[in-house]
Amino acid sequence: MKHITRKATRHVSQNEGLIFEKSSPGKAGWKLPPLDVPEVDTQALLGSSERKDLGHMPEVSEIEIIRHFTRLSTWNYAIDLGMYPLGSCTMKYNPRVNEVVSRLDGLANGHPYQPERASQGALRIIKTLSDCLLEITGMDAITLQPAAGAHGELTGLLMVRAYHHSKGGPRKKILIPDSAHGTNPATAATVGYAVENLKSNAQGMVELSALEEQMNEDVAALMLTNPNTLGVFEQEIHKIADVLHAKGGLLYMDGANMNALVGKVRPGDFGADVMHLNLHKTFSTPHGGGGPGSGPVAVKQALEPFLPKPVVITKPDGTLAFEYHRPESVGRVRAFYGNFGMFIRALAYILANGPDGLLQTTEDAVLNANYVRKGLEGIYDLPYLTPSMHEVVFSDKLQAKRGVKTMDLAKRLIDYGFHPYTTAFPLIVPGALMIEPTESESKEELDLFIEAMRSIAEEVEEDPQIALTAPHSTRVSRLDETTAARKPVLRWKPGNQ
Amino acid sequence: MRYLPKSPADRQAMLQAIGARSMDDLFASIPAEYRLGRDLKVPRQMAESEILDWFRERSRENGDGYATFLGAGAYHHYRPVIIDSLISRGEFLTAYTPYQAEVSQGTLQSIFEFQSMICELTGMEVANASMYDGSTAATEAVLMASRVTGRHGAVVARSVHPEYREVLATYAHHQNLPVALVPFIESGRIELKALEKAVSAETAAVLLQSPNFFGTIEDIAAIAEIAHQKGALLVVSIAEAVSLGIVEPPREADIIALEAQSFGVPLGFGGPYCGVIATREKYVRQMPGRLVGQTTDSNGKRGFVLTLATREQHIRREKATSNICTNQALVALMANIFMTIYGRVGLRELAKQNLAKTAYAVQQFGKHANLLFPGSPRFNEFVVQTSEDPYAINSRILGHKIVGGLPLKKFYPELGNASLWCCTELTTRSTIDTAAGLVADSERSQKGMPEEESVPNGVEVAR
Repeated sequence: MKHITRKATRHVSQNEGLIFEKSSPGKAGWKLPPLDVPEVDTQALLGSSERKDLGHMPEVSEIEIIRHFTRLSTWNYAIDLGMYPLGSCTMKYNPRVNEVVSRLDGLANGHPYQPERASQGALRIIKTLSDCLLEITGMDAITLQPAAGAHGELTGLLMVRAYHHSKGGPRKKILIPDSAHGTNPATAATVGYAVENLKSNAQGMVELSALEEQMNEDVAALMLTNPNTLGVFEQEIHKIADVLHAKGGLLYMDGANMNALVGKVRPGDFGADVMHLNLHKTFSTPHGGGGPGSGPVAVKQALEPFLPKPVVITKPDGTLAFEYHRPESVGRVRAFYGNFGMFIRALAYILANGPDGLLQTTEDAVLNANYVRKGLEGIYDLPYLTPSMHEVVFSDKLQAKRGVKTMDLAKRLIDYGFHPYTTAFPLIVPGALMIEPTESESKEELDLFIEAMRSIAEEVEEDPQIALTAPHSTRVSRLDETTAARKPVLRWKPGNQ
Repeated sequence: MRYLPKSPADRQAMLQAIGARSMDDLFASIPAEYRLGRDLKVPRQMAESEILDWFRERSRENGDGYATFLGAGAYHHYRPVIIDSLISRGEFLTAYTPYQAEVSQGTLQSIFEFQSMICELTGMEVANASMYDGSTAATEAVLMASRVTGRHGAVVARSVHPEYREVLATYAHHQNLPVALVPFIESGRIELKALEKAVSAETAAVLLQSPNFFGTIEDIAAIAEIAHQKGALLVVSIAEAVSLGIVEPPREADIIALEAQSFGVPLGFGGPYCGVIATREKYVRQMPGRLVGQTTDSNGKRGFVLTLATREQHIRREKATSNICTNQALVALMANIFMTIYGRVGLRELAKQNLAKTAYAVQQFGKHANLLFPGSPRFNEFVVQTSEDPYAINSRILGHKIVGGLPLKKFYPELGNASLWCCTELTTRSTIDTAAGLVADSERSQKGMPEEESVPNGVEVAR
């Protein structure tokens, strides 16, 4: 045969280099309009402060930029492609109308310092979202200033500290269950607290007697995620709050798992004094490959004076304004007012749902997790039999006997077309598989996922090597993380390959 | 609910498979007395068209279509359209933090390019994948300097953005980190003698901003010498990233805390923005935030991973360098695409236009009003002192659908009727002429001089 077309390499889109490798002098992806004011002598204006050279910044054309980033994008998994069952991350659908409304000219181009009378639209969005979040959480007052969940934790603990300080002493310790997310202890340390570990009981919950023992006048607060990171609702939550309150302590609720509760139960009603929400989890703002997030903090009345400034108030004439005179405020945690663009998206999500949609969302999220649990029970080890809410945590105990660990199973899941679940967390479950499907998955998608997980378990029995060397379908195979950390290459340099 | 992919029959079948009689069974672990027995009092479910209408109304109430002279840490630059085309791709928009490297190479490689370009522009050796914003980046940079030096104390220029200083104060308060302030002199620059006095053997960091809050470019070399003499680190905050196109970066700094909003990120009423920390390689292990590193896969192919994670909260918990987890990845991608578009030549040309517009505005405003801080170089901001209260002048300017400069009374009462004005490449000559004309009118009427025809009709185009 004479006319065989040989494909020498994989498609070029699979071999996209670094942008610097496409650069050459004289190419440009920009064009400025002509100046309508006189040209200036930069040397005369800037003197020795003038920069002469921009080093190795790239020079590329527009089509190259479009292709470059489009090709890179195809190397990512995304919610838009399929189920993204990362436990505690709540990877739900990111509605597109949210993106459209956040780009409306008056909102996208609004300057944070423009006069209040020309900012009523933005203030109304902040006020409406605040009101909705207060109703959803059952709390009394809120700040939207924190830029992410961990930033919200920081803000919340600053308020806890200010509260205790106003009562005579700031106290020294924060109690944190061993199942908690790493940001909790890191945050407590940032605010100058000592961290005391609280051991979970056999059901994966806070042991009331242990709490009673550890609780004293040195403890400022307990940081509790509810449902906790096992996806288990702390059934004795109100007694927990009582134990804390009896000794003058506060209950901080980490709202990372609020997707299990919206419309069903309100933290403010079960004793939480301060809590943060993650708008990029529960309220559908896109995770964007690692942010931006937004971490509003809601509090009970007793902590209201300590909110970061400014707060939004309604003036007698009905217009809205920023109030800066807050003598007991913890201060600012961020310039301006927070990640406003995320407020718009979260509010659009709430409006699209209404009370009935929010409730159905919660129910579907819990239904999905329980359906996955049912489908995989017996195939994977379930270390805690306590009922699941929005997520379920298995362990790799059965597969580890064949030398296959949770990370290997996760990597093999990629070959089946799914993003891995959260691996090796929470720390109280050795070899954890933490699965949170969210409400965004259909029965069909869940069935495919369950089938994939069952199939992987069978493979492990037949030939553990398949999982141990997975993934087999991706552009790159497992990456050498050890060398990456030992000899860090953190930037491109000319001549680097 | 249109986002939920289930029919009533699906739900029924799933409940049956689980062995639950009703949805309520699934919530049995929540004690009945705490369950909300009513509908949430939030607005009713809206159609997409209604949502659009509601937000359009809010957009109209928010100064839609106004020109602005506001800067002060948030800058109105042109955003090339392909930024939004590219970041709207679901693969970027709806992906998680790239912990699973094999299915996140797109995000990882783009962050690696971002880190590389930030290094090129700042003159530093390493840059992280982003912080929340400029204010928290500056604050975390000071905390980092404290870890590096083992010292507790910061010396901060009063010409650093007042809200950045407020954020630092909030954090420093609980870190046993006393903050001393250093004044500025008539040139707008930091008072070197006062700085020399303030820096001691206890000082971990000297924090300044350049161009500073008034737009003045600081004498970095002189400040660095004072800081380094006493063993303190120099932290430089840069709030206007476009300045890097034509202003020499603070190469003598030990840590640079950048706000990259100017690189293609919408003003968005103050956020989300994009902070970045860049520093020297020897300090990388004290750096907060995520880092992407280059490595190879099991076949020797180049790939990228999140690295040096032992600094971070998910590994180190209370001993982490910071509690930061989610950062500003998608916003960093906007900045990344912006830097790629303008590149080596465009960024300089863009910065030059900012310089030219500002120089013209300075000249026009200076004809009648008093310009503060003369004599030192500035980038795209300047301070105008008027006889009349700037709020009153701004009120008249607003009538022309123009937002005037930021009155500084709130932050710097000693400057009286001063306001901070900013011009970018988007500020037109006619807008400058209109605003400068109204300021001139105010000056004349305050001084009892007759009004002139001050707002020109035609726009002359200079080439």
